[in-house]
Amino acid sequence: MTDPRELYQQVILEHNKKPRNFGKLEPCTHHAEGHNPLCGDQLDLTLVVEEGVVRDVKFEGSGCAIDVASASLMTSAVKGKPVAEAEAMIEQFRGMVRGELDPATQTPLLGKLTLFSGVKDLPSRVKCAILPWATLHAALKGEEEASTE
Amino acid sequence: MSSPSNIGLQPLDVQAIRQDFPLLSRVFHGKPVVYLDSAVSGQMPVQVIERMAKYEREEHTNVHRGVSTLSQEATDFYEAAREKVRKFIGAASAREIVWTRGTTEAINLVAQTFGRMTVKEGDEILLSAMEHHANIVPWQMLAQEKGATIKVIPMNDAGELILESLDELITDRTKILGVVHVSNVLGTINPVREIVARAHAKGVPVLVDGAQAVPHLKVDVQDLDADFYVFSGHKLSGPTGIGILYGKLALLEAMPPWHGGGSMIRSVSWEKTTYLPAPGKFEAGTPPIADAIGLGAAIDYVTALGLDRIAAHEHELLAYATEKLAAIPGLRILGTARDKASVLSFVVDGIHPHDMGSLLDGEGVVVRAGHHCAQPIMTRFHVPATTRASFAYFNTREEVDILVSAVLKAIELFK
Repeated sequence: MTDPRELYQQVILEHNKKPRNFGKLEPCTHHAEGHNPLCGDQLDLTLVVEEGVVRDVKFEGSGCAIDVASASLMTSAVKGKPVAEAEAMIEQFRGMVRGELDPATQTPLLGKLTLFSGVKDLPSRVKCAILPWATLHAALKGEEEASTE
Repeated sequence: MSSPSNIGLQPLDVQAIRQDFPLLSRVFHGKPVVYLDSAVSGQMPVQVIERMAKYEREEHTNVHRGVSTLSQEATDFYEAAREKVRKFIGAASAREIVWTRGTTEAINLVAQTFGRMTVKEGDEILLSAMEHHANIVPWQMLAQEKGATIKVIPMNDAGELILESLDELITDRTKILGVVHVSNVLGTINPVREIVARAHAKGVPVLVDGAQAVPHLKVDVQDLDADFYVFSGHKLSGPTGIGILYGKLALLEAMPPWHGGGSMIRSVSWEKTTYLPAPGKFEAGTPPIADAIGLGAAIDYVTALGLDRIAAHEHELLAYATEKLAAIPGLRILGTARDKASVLSFVVDGIHPHDMGSLLDGEGVVVRAGHHCAQPIMTRFHVPATTRASFAYFNTREEVDILVSAVLKAIELFK
């Protein structure tokens, strides 16, 4: 069993305190709201996608440190990336926090996002880490809502 | 069999009591468990676990079936447990005690029998602002079905019901009033006796959700004059899957049955089926017999400890924890009612309750983090969730100290 403290590394704590890309894009081309019914976390994601590239992305909402840091790091990571690459990152992130992909070898697109890999040992928090990514997935698919349930 | 290890001692010999709870010697993340989550589910003492195991090993069969010695014996144990419940809550008759799966099922039973019978289009159901979802959703479903409306008794910032408005809120359309005895989030002990008296003055029956009350204070349903009183076994040192609906006999007799099937009938033919009198008509199918017997053993256990001694011990822990936590800068306690029992909810600036819950878990401290199945309370206090510590008779001041230092450590990490 992992000590939960190991997950709360400085990067996560720092992004929770000062989240990047916090706010709302108006106008935007893509939008989705994410909910985690279990703990009440909610996230509002707006994107500007042009010519198949994520030009800009912002998020608003309230949640735990895992959720907010995940959203902050995710928005920083996908900004400027082709949509197809963002989709591939979503798959790798999901696979990693569910323990299906090894961050050492199987998630090359994630970079420092691998610091969330410890979440896999805290099943009750996996949904917190995934919520921003599920919301991004919904937004890129043109769906208005995402839920971790 | 069901006698606690410390019987006869005054005050509670907590160290001796703790020997009855094997779970308390577990270790999480290298630290001894500090179980401050009895409001989620109370732990069972070995006396209860062993009584249930004995039933399953040596006495298992069905109840109210056949003439075998074995079946008669099981029926006797099962009905003796019902009698223990009757005595425990001061009901006039064991016929007023209906076994259910828990508090939630008991409320659904009342909503779908008594509620369906009495609530009509345009009628009102009055609930308090601090209800658990279990005492909200069944009534919303009924209100939707019937075209009735839900009205709410408000509360103040301390988490106390504002009863000045009660007489105006009860109208001639009010068909039932539902109120929680002890709030699972705020710890508030509501003045149920007064609420019942004022409802009865206007002819309105009252259902009391006693899930968090029965483990912590002596309940006498006749003194409260409650029409329905419901609670769960697992918050009372008993097993999950068993609960109680107490109803005044005249009401239970007037109510239609709920689930149909075996065990609840007097006779069945293709032309006409007749039902057993209460409580039988509400108990279709094979019941959770071991759980009922286990709840009986749990009642023996807490009764031998003494609810007055339990209440005194828990109150001292609550006061001590409140004093220690309230002194932490940035920490806010939700629920500061004058009368409180055993529950301490709090939020800390800049730390989400789920992060607090995970970090306390890392220190071996088991608490609840979340909305506690009471989202309207979260909305009322403008928080997404809270962290909640809840105390039982086996908890100690040293455990409160561990909680406080774990909270301080989390705050330090998030600085």
